Amino acid sequence: MSKHIATPILALALTVVGAGLSQPVQAGATFDAVKARGSLNCGVNTGLAGFSAPDDKGNWAGLDVDVCRAVAAALFGDAKKVKFVPLTTQQRFTALQAGEVDILSRNTTLTSQRDTELGLNFAPPVYYDGQGFLVGKKVGVKSAKELNGATICVLPGTTTELNVTDWFRANNLQFKPVVIEKNDELAAAFFAGRCDAITSDASQLASIRSAQASNPDDYILLPEIISKEPLAPAVRHGDDQWFDLVKWSVYAWLEAEEKGITSANADGFKGKSNDPTIKRLMGDTPGLGKALGTGEDWAFNIVKQVGNYGESFERNVGMGSKLKLPRGLNAQWSKGGLMYAMPVR
Amino acid sequence: MSAPIEQSPGEIAAHVEEPMRATLAAPRRGRGAAALLGWTRRNLFSSVPNTILTLVALALLVWFLPPLINWALVKATWTGGDPKLCREAGGACWALIETKHRFILFGLYPHDQHWRPLVAMAIFLSAIAASCDPRFWNWRLAGIWAVVLAVGGWLMWGGFLGLAYVENARWGGLPLTLILATLGIVLAFPLSILLALGRRSDLPAIRAVCVGYIEIVRGVPLVSVLFMASIMFPLFLPEGLTIDKLLRAQVGIILFTAAYLAEAVRGGLAAIPKGQYEAADAMGLGYWQKMGLVILPQALRLVIPPIVNQFISCFKDTSLVIIIGLYDLLTTAKTALTDPPWRPFYVESYVFAGLVYFGFCFFMSRYSQYLERRLNAGTRR
Repeated sequence: MSKHIATPILALALTVVGAGLSQPVQAGATFDAVKARGSLNCGVNTGLAGFSAPDDKGNWAGLDVDVCRAVAAALFGDAKKVKFVPLTTQQRFTALQAGEVDILSRNTTLTSQRDTELGLNFAPPVYYDGQGFLVGKKVGVKSAKELNGATICVLPGTTTELNVTDWFRANNLQFKPVVIEKNDELAAAFFAGRCDAITSDASQLASIRSAQASNPDDYILLPEIISKEPLAPAVRHGDDQWFDLVKWSVYAWLEAEEKGITSANADGFKGKSNDPTIKRLMGDTPGLGKALGTGEDWAFNIVKQVGNYGESFERNVGMGSKLKLPRGLNAQWSKGGLMYAMPVR
Repeated sequence: MSAPIEQSPGEIAAHVEEPMRATLAAPRRGRGAAALLGWTRRNLFSSVPNTILTLVALALLVWFLPPLINWALVKATWTGGDPKLCREAGGACWALIETKHRFILFGLYPHDQHWRPLVAMAIFLSAIAASCDPRFWNWRLAGIWAVVLAVGGWLMWGGFLGLAYVENARWGGLPLTLILATLGIVLAFPLSILLALGRRSDLPAIRAVCVGYIEIVRGVPLVSVLFMASIMFPLFLPEGLTIDKLLRAQVGIILFTAAYLAEAVRGGLAAIPKGQYEAADAMGLGYWQKMGLVILPQALRLVIPPIVNQFISCFKDTSLVIIIGLYDLLTTAKTALTDPPWRPFYVESYVFAGLVYFGFCFFMSRYSQYLERRLNAGTRR
C-alpha cells in the first residue's frame, strides 16, 4: 500500500526538483554529457580585457574565450555552441569541481597545488605571463635592480605583493609599497606620480600603459620578469577523454599557426595539400578525429571558425587589439617563444 | 548663544507676542531683497554658532562647487564615442555613458533583443507605480501582478510566441537589479510577517524556529549568505547537479531581507496596546482574523519608516551579487570599464550607476513619507 503511494510522490518530488535544476551531468563522463547537451559550459572571467570580457554588444571576446570556442568547434563543428559562465576569482574552482562548467578558461595560473590538491588537469598554457615593473622614462632607470628605495604601487593581498617583497629581499634592496585596493585607482595613482614604479603582470602593465598614460612613450617596462604566470585552461579530474579533447584542441590551434593555416586560407589547404602533417591536421588522413571522439575535420573547424592561435592573439591582445602586447614568450618556438604544439599525428 | 542673556524684560515680553507679529509682518516683508534678507537672517544667521556654520558651509561650497561644475559640465565631453576627445577636453567623459549605456543598462542580453527587457521594465515599473496608489489596493492587484509577471517572464525568457529563448544567465543590468530587488522585497514581506507573528506565538516550537531563523540569518552579513549560496552550496549537491545561479542569489536575498523585516514588523506588533488584542478576542475573532483585521493594519502603519528603510537597503544590497558573477547594474557599470581606452573614466561610470540607484531610493523614501501622511491622517497630532 505504502509503496503505491510512495512512487507517485517520489515522481512528483523529482519533477519539482528537476524543474528548478539545470541539466545533470554524470560523474566522470563530462565528454558524453557535453555531447548530449549540445553545448559547452565555459567558465570565464567576469571582465578582463583581451582575455575574456563582454564587448559593447554583450558578446564575449578574448583569448580565453577563443579556447572554449575552439573546443566547441572541434566537438560540435560549431564554435558558437558555448555557454559562457562568468566567474569571480573565488568561485572559479568550486564551479569547475561542482560541474557548473566543463572548462575553466579564466586566466588561471598553472601551479602544482592546483593541479594536484584541487583536482584539476591543465591543458597547455595559452599565455605565458609574468610580473614586471613599469616606470616613467624620466626616472632614468634601466633595470629593476636600480629601484632601491623606490616607492612602488601594488595591489594588496595578491601574489603580486608577495612576489615583489620576495624579489627585493632576495636582491637586498628596499622599497616603499603604496598599496591601493582597486586596479583603476592604482594605475591612476601611478600616473599621477604617487609612486616611482608600478608592479603587476606584464600584460596588465602594457594595457595600463596604452590605455591610461597621457603619452605611452614616456613609460617603459623594465626587462626583469620576477615571476612565472603560465595561464592555462583547466578541466576537473575524472574524464581523460574530455581532457584529451581540450588539450589537443589547444595543440591544433597552435599547430595551425606554425603551419601557416589561417581562417582565411584554411579552405585552400583542406584536401589540397601534399604535406602529410597538414593532411592529418585538416582531416584528409582520417583517424585522429575518431580517436578523439569527434568528426575528422575537428582541427579544420577550429582554424576555419576561430582562427589559429596567432590570429586569436593579434585580435585580442596583440598589436591589432587595444592592449597592444608584443608576442614575447608567446611567440612560436620557431620564433623564439614558448608556444610548442606536440606533434598532431 | 549670548543673545538671550542680554534681553531686557521688555524684550522677553515682546517675544511672547512674536508669533502674531510674524504673521502680520509677513505680507509686508513678502517681496524683493528685503524678504530675502529677512529669511537669511532668520534661518542662516540667527545665532553665533549658526553664523559660523553658515560661513563654513559657504566656504566649502565655494571650494567644491566651481571645480565640480567645471569638471562635470563645462569641460565635459558629451558625445563622440572617442576616449581621446575626453582626454583632450580634460573634464568629465559622459561620452563613455553614450557609448556604453546599452551594455550598462542591459548587460549581456542579446544586443538586437534589447527592446524586450526595456518593455518588460516599463511594464514592471508601471505595475509598481500602480501598486503604490492606494486606489488599487484590492484583490485586482494580485491579478494585475500575475499578468505582469507572466508577460515580463515571456519577454525576458521568450522561447515561444515568436520570441527567441534567452537564458537567464544572460540577463543583466537594470532589469536584473529591479528583478532581484522587487522580488526580494515583495516575497520577503509576507515571509517576514509570518516570522514576526511566529516569534510572538504561544507555541514554543514555532517560536523557537522563528527566533532561531531570525537570529542566525541576522547574525551573518549578506555577502556571506550569497557566498554560501554560490560557493559552498554547490559542493553539497551531487556532482553535476547545479541550481541556477540567479535563483540561488534571489532566494538568498529573500531569506536575508525577511529576517530583518521580521524584526521591524515585530516592533510594530509590540507597540500595539494589549487592549487591542483583548478587544479583538472579545469580539470572538479567530487568530488570523484578529491579526489581519485588527492588529496588523495598525502595527504595519507604525513601522513604515523602518520597513522602507529595509526596502532601500535591500535595493542597494542587490549590488553585492557582483561577488557571484551576476551582472547587475553596478557590475555592468564596472565591466564596461574593462575596455582599455575607457578605463581612465571610471568615475563617470560609477556616477551614472549611482544616479540610477539614487533615483529609485529617493522615490521609495518620498513614497514612504506620502504613505505615512496618508495612513496616519486620522491619528496625526
